[in-house]
Amino acid sequence: MSDLAPRQIRSRADLIQYGRALDCVHCGLCLPACPTYDLLAREGTGPRGRVYLMRGLAEGEILPAATVLRDLDLCLVCRACEPVCPSGVRFGEMMEFCRAHILEPARPPGRGLRLRRFAARNIFNHPALLRALAAFFLLYDRLGLRRLLRTYGVLQYFSADLALRDAFLPRVPRWSERRRLPHRTPARGATRGRVALLEGCVAPFLLGRVNHATARVLSHQGFEVLVPRKHTCCGALSAHFGQLAAARAAALRTIDAFQALGPVDAVISNSAGCGAMMKDYGRLLEEAEGASAAEVRAAHGFAARVRDVTEFLVDQGIRPPPGRVEARVAYAAACHLAHAQRVTEAPLELLRAVPGLELVPLERADRCCGAGGLYNALHPRESLALLEARIQDLKRSGADTLATANPGCLLQWSAGIEREGLAVEVVHPVELFDRAMR
Amino acid sequence: MLPLERLRRIVGAEHVLLAPEEMFAYECDALTWLRRRPAAVVLPGGTAETAEVVAALSEAALPFVARGAGTGLSGGALCPEGGVVIETARMKRLLSLDPWNRFALVECGTPNAEVSRAAEPHGLFFAPDPSSQNVCTIGGNIAENAGGPHTYKYGATARHVLALTAVLPDGRVLRTGSPLADPPGYDLAGLLVGTEGTCAIGTEATLKLTPLPRAVETLLFAFRGVADACSAVQRVISSGLEPCTMEVMDGATIAAVEASVNAAGYPRDAGAVLILEFDGGDAAVAESAERAERLCRELEVLACERARDRAHRLKLWKGRKGAFGAMGRLAPDLLVQDAVVPRSRLPEVVARVLEIGREHGIRMSNVLHAGDGNLHPNISYDRRDADETRRVLAACAGILQACVEAGGTLSGEHGIGLEKRDYMSLVFGEEDLERMRAVRDVMNGRSLLNPDKVLPAREPKTP
Repeated sequence: MSDLAPRQIRSRADLIQYGRALDCVHCGLCLPACPTYDLLAREGTGPRGRVYLMRGLAEGEILPAATVLRDLDLCLVCRACEPVCPSGVRFGEMMEFCRAHILEPARPPGRGLRLRRFAARNIFNHPALLRALAAFFLLYDRLGLRRLLRTYGVLQYFSADLALRDAFLPRVPRWSERRRLPHRTPARGATRGRVALLEGCVAPFLLGRVNHATARVLSHQGFEVLVPRKHTCCGALSAHFGQLAAARAAALRTIDAFQALGPVDAVISNSAGCGAMMKDYGRLLEEAEGASAAEVRAAHGFAARVRDVTEFLVDQGIRPPPGRVEARVAYAAACHLAHAQRVTEAPLELLRAVPGLELVPLERADRCCGAGGLYNALHPRESLALLEARIQDLKRSGADTLATANPGCLLQWSAGIEREGLAVEVVHPVELFDRAMR
Repeated sequence: MLPLERLRRIVGAEHVLLAPEEMFAYECDALTWLRRRPAAVVLPGGTAETAEVVAALSEAALPFVARGAGTGLSGGALCPEGGVVIETARMKRLLSLDPWNRFALVECGTPNAEVSRAAEPHGLFFAPDPSSQNVCTIGGNIAENAGGPHTYKYGATARHVLALTAVLPDGRVLRTGSPLADPPGYDLAGLLVGTEGTCAIGTEATLKLTPLPRAVETLLFAFRGVADACSAVQRVISSGLEPCTMEVMDGATIAAVEASVNAAGYPRDAGAVLILEFDGGDAAVAESAERAERLCRELEVLACERARDRAHRLKLWKGRKGAFGAMGRLAPDLLVQDAVVPRSRLPEVVARVLEIGREHGIRMSNVLHAGDGNLHPNISYDRRDADETRRVLAACAGILQACVEAGGTLSGEHGIGLEKRDYMSLVFGEEDLERMRAVRDVMNGRSLLNPDKVLPAREPKTP
């Protein structure tokens, strides 16, 4: 294809990505799956249009101008377009590549950009920064600052977007829920194996209860649980921001930290986004320039052992729990579990294994809630519009509990439910199972 | 000059797109070899806004075109030179549904399948089912008089549109038709269906809903080649059986589908598969399916399968409906050709089509709505390769010529658009074309709306 070689392709990785853009024949079957096309209706806010824009950028037909940045940034990377694409376009990878190599260098300089890059590179990799942020949120909440500002509409006075962002600010739980997991949790009953568990970067501060429930359930199910001593971020949020170098560094650190634990049957994640990232480490490093063959091999080997906690438990066979949980539960599929990892049945099976629990159908159960990594902080208006539609679906379902298997989604649904004043509890499926084990 | 301020006032600034990069995304529909970048794209939120937008463009003497989901295959939504795209994607409200009188009133940007989804709890459905039905809009269906596999039994879109609200190219609003039986006056709704967006822009449609059949039986037969499958079709029809659909796919299509997410379990070693479906009352459907199975088994069938349940049936259909998109695995671009012949001539025409493909050295796979004699040769190519593109277009010309010679015509359901405009004289005389132009001119006298589509320009008069 020498005489057809397009412009602006400078590396092997470029070519790979470009080839993927050519998989798209513009049929449009992806459009109904796309939350932002549904909301915004512009061609550039749907997968077909975004692939076309990426192709245009690769071929030099268009420049990464403001509207291109806007429409490609508005993508949630929920990847709902992938399972419905008859051509098998690997949209998530294309978007990640495009953000890293085409959009990032084209961003207009300024304070916003510096802050964005600093956040993407550092926050999740430095526990001290995360602790400081958590402390700020805690004080903001506990000192009544949030209530004060909300009551008098102070933030609204400065900027409508700021007030919207406030709605998404997570509530920091009490200290007891922010305990880290022990390095080792022994198996209970007949031992079935040993697993390693990823605590995550944000989860220990905001959703420690989910980590504790996960460890308890694994232990009760006969698995010894090991947790790396050093805090690790899997790199998903950096990759999401197009900071591939930071993501790769995080990947290598994570692999090291887990290798130090010795041999395990599986690496478990209770976060859909982290699981999806870790399962993709092989490719992430393969496409990196400068990654050694040994690193790529290690990444593939590591990725092959990664399992979502629900997937793992169902694969191993669930030991029936002794207790009951009386709840009407709606399950909302996290995008990176359903679309990226294609794990759709396991969470439902885990919930069905809980005696007394009634699963109620949720309309558009695999539609994005608008969390999308830090989408709600970057695009509060769109995020809220997506969330509000989902909250209406939740109301119609008549559920008293909403289960979803990703930290971002748990926080997003909680924020939406609080705004709407609903009496619905938001939990990880594994927490419900945990309650039935007591 | 673009009446920018006025357009922004009408629809809101965020719904008027102007940036060159945004225009790039609108340069084509699903027929990617025809491309023209619009000067602007406007997204109105309803009939009133559409009328105001059209009035503003008309006063500025700017050409414009309506576009739905951009899934058209004949370039129907391609923007006129220097013109404006009126995009209906925001107009997707289901305005009312009357199960007792069996109709739904929807905005024209509503995707086809949404109508059936809303009607299903009432035991009803909207019958036209183009392969892109999850995406393509009612407005586009009406413009193209779209069909689909079940057109064989239920008829194309024209038979399912009861009333229409449309914006004329000067901004006036036309309301025509009625959900009542045989309304008086000229049937302008009937006239507008199939005019491919050259007479008016549909904004709201009252659609006929059909009761869901009590029973459905879906059968899949595998054959050595397309000719055998076509013989089976003839045999089923001449025996007096009344299937609701008869779909044939050739070996190349089977391979692409089975490699895709929509893998339906078609036998990979078959040269063709035939999907037969019967719907209606329980006893009649069961008996018809038995008879069809016996009839086809008398031919050289490689395999025969009956859908076990609803899930299995949907899977068989998903493969068929995703066939077009699955071709993306073969080459960067795809041209879905569309022509019709009397179904009795199908076997010989299909053979001729394959021969034409070989003569031009192009990659072709075939999907047929065999009951309707409707062929869809899918041609995979790379539009950046000028020589291959030329050969593809030459093959298309040959295919259309062959179909017309066999007593057929230029299109079964995808429309003429810009792609086939210059072939119209193969099937119409100058006087026929002139009457059609006259009808268009009554609605669209200044030819501002979708100006260069469907009808070739008048031949210059010799003095």
